[in-house]
Amino acid sequence: MTFDQILFYVFSFWFIASSLAMIFSRNAAKAVLFLILSFFSAASIWILLEAEFLAITLILVYVGAVMVLFLFVIKMLNIDKSTLRAKFTGYLPLGLLVAAIIIVEMTLVLGGNQFGLDIVTAPARHAADYSNITVLAMQLYTVYVYPFELAAVLLLIAIIASITLVQRNELNRKKQSISEQVNVQAKDRVRLVSITTPSKEDK
Amino acid sequence: MVLWQSFVELVHELIPWFDGSIATILIILIKAIALVIPLMLVVAYFTYAERKVIGYMQLRIGPNRVGPKGWLQPIADALKLMTKEIIFPTKANIYLFLLAPILAIAPAIAVWAVIPFDEGIYVANLDISLLYVLAIGSIGVYGIILAGWASNSKYPLLGALRSASLLVSYEIVIGFALVTVVMIAGSVNLNDIVMAQKGGVMHWYWIPLFPMMIIFFISALVETNRAPFDVVEGESEIVGGTHVEYSGMTFAVFFLAEYANMILMAVLAVIMFFGGWHSPFEGIPVVESMFAWVPGIVWLLAKTSFFMFLYLWVRATFPRFRYDQIMRLSWKVFLPWTIVWIFVVALMTQLKIGPWF
Repeated sequence: MTFDQILFYVFSFWFIASSLAMIFSRNAAKAVLFLILSFFSAASIWILLEAEFLAITLILVYVGAVMVLFLFVIKMLNIDKSTLRAKFTGYLPLGLLVAAIIIVEMTLVLGGNQFGLDIVTAPARHAADYSNITVLAMQLYTVYVYPFELAAVLLLIAIIASITLVQRNELNRKKQSISEQVNVQAKDRVRLVSITTPSKEDK
Repeated sequence: MVLWQSFVELVHELIPWFDGSIATILIILIKAIALVIPLMLVVAYFTYAERKVIGYMQLRIGPNRVGPKGWLQPIADALKLMTKEIIFPTKANIYLFLLAPILAIAPAIAVWAVIPFDEGIYVANLDISLLYVLAIGSIGVYGIILAGWASNSKYPLLGALRSASLLVSYEIVIGFALVTVVMIAGSVNLNDIVMAQKGGVMHWYWIPLFPMMIIFFISALVETNRAPFDVVEGESEIVGGTHVEYSGMTFAVFFLAEYANMILMAVLAVIMFFGGWHSPFEGIPVVESMFAWVPGIVWLLAKTSFFMFLYLWVRATFPRFRYDQIMRLSWKVFLPWTIVWIFVVALMTQLKIGPWF
């Protein structure tokens, strides 16, 4: 067994173990942390496959941004476990059916008859100066430039759509004008009034 | 360098298991220790420098009791923190409570693996080292979020909520600001970025990317939770933010992580915009040969010290920002500026303006 294989089995073990722990943990915050660990293991396996750009992107996008928002939401929610469990038996048959369909589909698509060792050969090792990111960029910006730009436009539309969804009824929104706040002068807020003190003769 | 090469070969000869993989790991471990110990010392004396500098700026003396001129103060602080009791809040989630400081310090140190200190002096020469810095740097936020959540206390939770939203927004700004550097250098390898700035002060990227440099420095202040953007701690509003429930060594670990991140951001600013290990006298006829004997790492550390001093200067000068104003600064001021500057840099690259392209 070579050192690469040992690393592969270690990372695979952590990948599977943390994924299972994610599903079975009862605490939502712990589940998110196990999901992060499984992302890390997946990234490590990709690095073993010389796909370091994809691996770093996985960590940057999913671990660095998406899962932060997940944790953010979980902290704000006060999850009541009893209401979640109340309809468990009612939903169980449907859940099992969906799970069975997903398993069958995934075995058909990703199983041995599609990606078996006799169909897909092991990728060849590249030389030390092989640059994964250069190769990827060459493909992305020459051959696949239109699909790439289309994907970018799609994301932009998604951003605009989500912003317009939360920005309905413009009239009722309360907002501060920061430039007004910054430019405020002392004379706008404080009025100095000179009061003449009555002299002794008036008394 | 020759000595080091022969040492590496010796280790490989002594430990030939797994085609030398064990020996490689051992070499990396030695390099990591050689990096982390000086880093921790710098962190310790950076806290001393901070107290002294801010002290003098506020017409005080600062620490001067322990050792000559207070030089042993950081060591006394470290001893005090190590011997203090660690208090666990009764209703805290103990595992996550202890995991949080580890998650804060681990990325703060791991990022240093790809920082080049001189030509050929680094722990790892990654092809995508800039992306690695951004990716691992973004993990540090988990330490703060978990600390806030696991403490099961009001103020830490508020601090964690603030930090999560702040860090996510400013990571985007930092990413965009560094895209301009990558566009000019044509590489995401930190070594290549420094090598592309060879040839004197005029060749460094702070001239074509001047606004990006300022945006990067301010965003670095936010990312490291430093004044005037330290709303995560914000002692006047939310007591001590995420650190409220932490004491003794658990607090010290957060402290170490914060300062290691500050130094990292200073080094990154130097590598990106100020020519890394290159001498500022390059290209000037007489002075260049006069300073040719100075090793590159000295220049790097000198420039970094300047940025570290800027951190302290800024802290002693500005009052704290309001939270919503920081958010506005990120999304409505910095982000449009960075996007505009990406187009400016694209134009400059096409027209080949200046010595940078």
